[in-house]
Amino acid sequence: MSDKEWPLYEVFIRSKSGLSHRHAGSIHAADDQMALDAARDTYTRRNEGVSIWVVRSSQIVASDPAETAAFFEPAEDKIYRHPTFYDMPDGVENL
Amino acid sequence: MNKERALLAYVSRLGDNALVLGQRMIELVAAYPELEEELANANFALDYIGQARMFYTYAGELEGQGRREDDFAFLRDENEFRNLLLLEQPNGHFGDSITKLVLFELFYLAQLGSLARSEDTQLAGIAARAEKEIRYHLRHNTQWLVRLGDGTDESHRRVQDSVNDLWRYTGEMFEADEIDTIVEKAYGGPNLEELRERWLADIDAILINATLDKPEDGWMASGGKAGRHTEHLGYMIAEMQYLQRTHPGATW
Repeated sequence: MSDKEWPLYEVFIRSKSGLSHRHAGSIHAADDQMALDAARDTYTRRNEGVSIWVVRSSQIVASDPAETAAFFEPAEDKIYRHPTFYDMPDGVENL
Repeated sequence: MNKERALLAYVSRLGDNALVLGQRMIELVAAYPELEEELANANFALDYIGQARMFYTYAGELEGQGRREDDFAFLRDENEFRNLLLLEQPNGHFGDSITKLVLFELFYLAQLGSLARSEDTQLAGIAARAEKEIRYHLRHNTQWLVRLGDGTDESHRRVQDSVNDLWRYTGEMFEADEIDTIVEKAYGGPNLEELRERWLADIDAILINATLDKPEDGWMASGGKAGRHTEHLGYMIAEMQYLQRTHPGATW
């Protein structure tokens, strides 16, 4: 066994056509192709997907937990940004 | 030999190949150094066991004597197994396993592709399903062979040894016997000479990509397709069949 860890990849799966890719988890792999295979073998064994994205975890730019207040709290009291003031037309189910 | 008997022998042989290789891969479950490859190996092993079940079930139907998949797998002796010698060889190290899989799957994929277009619809259906599985295995395993061959000095040296050691078992895949010939003529099965030419071209390209040398053509081992095996199969079967032999009919 090697004592060097392979890089971490994040895995995104599209469960069916028309839906967007969703984060499924992460895997270790030595290169991109291996990451794609490992994602397929780890996360789509039970027919979960029709498309896979993998991306090196180190390539993801993430928001800083220390800045949560500045980042997200200003949106909390802006209720006018929610589309709750519209009347729903009859017969529309998925809105 | 009439064509019905040849088809039965052929289908049963396909089952033996899948079962023996699948069992060898199962021996490696929980032995892989990386979780991701561990899962891949277990998935692939189960693909083979699934294929063996389909082939044996169909063989039982063709035979018409009430034998089921388990009877083929667990209640036959070593000399009744007609798998390729390559597949019963011990796992060795990771490079040995990968090399064995690439050498076999390159042949098997072409064999399945041809059988999927054969005139026996049931065999064609099983082959078409298995073909998709093996296409992915081969993609995965070929990448590994290239990674190891074109990797470090040590991985290159060790996987070159694997190729040299296993090469002698590749000739048997393309030796057509009476069963192969009848299935080719009567059911539109594969022509092994054509398969050999394709295989040689494909393996050449893979080895070049992996910076590995193709071994000199030399003596080729054979006999597995006629039930004459290397010493390794008996031990493997003894372990595999232990439970059914000790407790006949046991289920859980």
